[in-house]
Amino acid sequence: MPCQTDPVWRYIPVMSELSGWGRFPRHKTQLAAPRSEGAITARVAEGRAIARGNGRAYGDSAVGARQTVSMRYFNHMLSFDEKTGVLVAEAGVILGDVISAFLPRGWFPAVTPGTKFVTLGGMIAADVHGKNHHKDGSFGNFIDWIELIGPDGTLRRCSPRSNDELFRRTIGGMGLTGVILRCAIRLRPVESAWIRQTMQPLENLDAALEAFEAADAATYSVAWIDCLSQGDRLGRSLLMLGEHATAAELSEDKVRYPFETPRKNKKTVPFDLPQGVLSQYTVRAFNALYYWKGARQSGESLVDWDTYFYPLDAILGWNRIYGRKGFMQFQCALPLESSPEGLRALLEATSEAGAGSFLAVLKRFGEQESPFSFPMLGYTLALDFPVNAKTLALMEELDRITLDHGGRFYLAKDSQMSAETLHRSDPRAADYAAYRDSEGLRAPFQSRQSERLSL
Amino acid sequence: MTKGPVLILGATSDMAQAVARSYAALGHPLQLAARRPEALEKLKADLELRHSVPVSLHAFDVLDTGSHPAFIETLPALPEIAICAVGMMGEQVENEQDMAAAAQVMRSNYEGPATILALLANRFDARGSGQIVGISSVAGLRGRATNYVYGSAKAGFTAFLSGLRNRFAKRNVHVLTVLPGFVATRMTEGMDLPPRLTAEPEEVAEAIVKALSKGRNVIYVRKIWWLIMAIITSIPEAIFKKLRI
Repeated sequence: MPCQTDPVWRYIPVMSELSGWGRFPRHKTQLAAPRSEGAITARVAEGRAIARGNGRAYGDSAVGARQTVSMRYFNHMLSFDEKTGVLVAEAGVILGDVISAFLPRGWFPAVTPGTKFVTLGGMIAADVHGKNHHKDGSFGNFIDWIELIGPDGTLRRCSPRSNDELFRRTIGGMGLTGVILRCAIRLRPVESAWIRQTMQPLENLDAALEAFEAADAATYSVAWIDCLSQGDRLGRSLLMLGEHATAAELSEDKVRYPFETPRKNKKTVPFDLPQGVLSQYTVRAFNALYYWKGARQSGESLVDWDTYFYPLDAILGWNRIYGRKGFMQFQCALPLESSPEGLRALLEATSEAGAGSFLAVLKRFGEQESPFSFPMLGYTLALDFPVNAKTLALMEELDRITLDHGGRFYLAKDSQMSAETLHRSDPRAADYAAYRDSEGLRAPFQSRQSERLSL
Repeated sequence: MTKGPVLILGATSDMAQAVARSYAALGHPLQLAARRPEALEKLKADLELRHSVPVSLHAFDVLDTGSHPAFIETLPALPEIAICAVGMMGEQVENEQDMAAAAQVMRSNYEGPATILALLANRFDARGSGQIVGISSVAGLRGRATNYVYGSAKAGFTAFLSGLRNRFAKRNVHVLTVLPGFVATRMTEGMDLPPRLTAEPEEVAEAIVKALSKGRNVIYVRKIWWLIMAIITSIPEAIFKKLRI
């Protein structure tokens, strides 16, 4: 056991350099991991604090302007109702642990983002969406109540019935209404751990959009998009539709243990790849291969939940493939009517710049009524780029195209947008900032991102 | 196959909680004992939900050695594995002057843990099976000016575990001594520990589970600690006494 009184290892209040999953930008902040509600309150009292879950937001959403409050010790599941599927848990619980605990009993998250390494608190703050947004909406639709620590240190429970404004603004509020401590979320019943996947190769953007509209009835839909193809092939994609497989749809060997799936070997990226390994040539080659492989697998197949929802989670530390400087994500949502034109302009700009993105994803959004959540009826496009001068210029271009087409940006992915861009894209931002002022939330709760975006 | 219950003494510590999570994940029923068992309610709910194992909470005061036999009687079953994570660092400066404080550290790290484990070992022997894990410390391998009160108590505990192991070597009761080195816990929060030498509590838990299943006798969690301690214990006393480490 360690020797507390050793002179070499004295108490030093540590200033940590923190970043999000994209490892850009990095900022100094006072990082603490409280173990009691009182200790959280003490942090909040110091001012300009933000709660941090598992650090999966890409940019600086969970880097405190002064204090960063890690929720790692608030990771207990507290109760579960087998009849309704309502789970009460602390905010630091990791989504993957929820799946491990409840999928064997026939329950699955009603909405899940593309990684299971997020915390419930983070999912609420970003009001995450999944491949079923067009049908079920965002995560916020499946929350019964939230308990959060406010600016004065009091713990408040909010729900659609009590403190409903606080409730609605906390969902998608990027942690700027208080420290989310506990929540009650509804899981969905499933009959197996398998997804019935239908893969459709689509030769260009028009075909992809047409296929999305035709697939409106599918529970899950998402397209991987080759953002380097040009001309007639601009926007060629693989559309992946999915349904939870029922017991009746499983083969005899699988139906005996419907919730068991083969164990997979996790791979780890052990070091930062040198800058430039991901060049437009390697990404172009990868994309061609991936499309070709997908096209060969077109049609229906049974895929386990982990492979279907979280393909990248199988490669631990994949954020290192972009090298030491880190990477940026671009994700925008465009209204339905301007989507075809807007997406075309975004893809043209990307392929012209030759800026390769492995993880280009296109997705149809359904209706969304929220004070500040990201989704809107239309389409969303997500791209990622290594951090360099060329991609920074491209990001500005993509921001401009998005603004021109009435779109907006996903704050959980943002790391570099200007306040002006945000406020031009989204009139709700000013309303949210005004709410923060009126409730006295601006001084106690401030992330690097909220500071940058004048929220 | 139903798995044997695991008793964890001093269950509020970070290492103990990590060990509890590991054994719950393997499907073992848990008996968590601490001075304030009410502080463990949240952990109990969490472990039961995640792993569907029964978890019972027990009040246990390591210093009240007279109550130890009765404590064992209150357990729902005699455990198959007993893990002692009780420990108390204290402040060396205080321990040098205040003998009551020093005695408290000695009793918490040696007398108390040894008493309860001796009682359990005898019952394990009578039953003909059982495994005992004592979490001791590298600080017990050589007394240093900076924490010799704590270190001496851990030295006593380490020797006690070694003797217990020796006594039961030919019987079906196994004793594992754990010397974790630095661990990132509440005890060390805010200390600027060298990352290469500092294990996470989860690492300690995994090491214990693995070592116990392999029947190991003494483990360091990070292998480098074996080397560090080999060097520290081999320095001649004439030189060592002048060092400040």
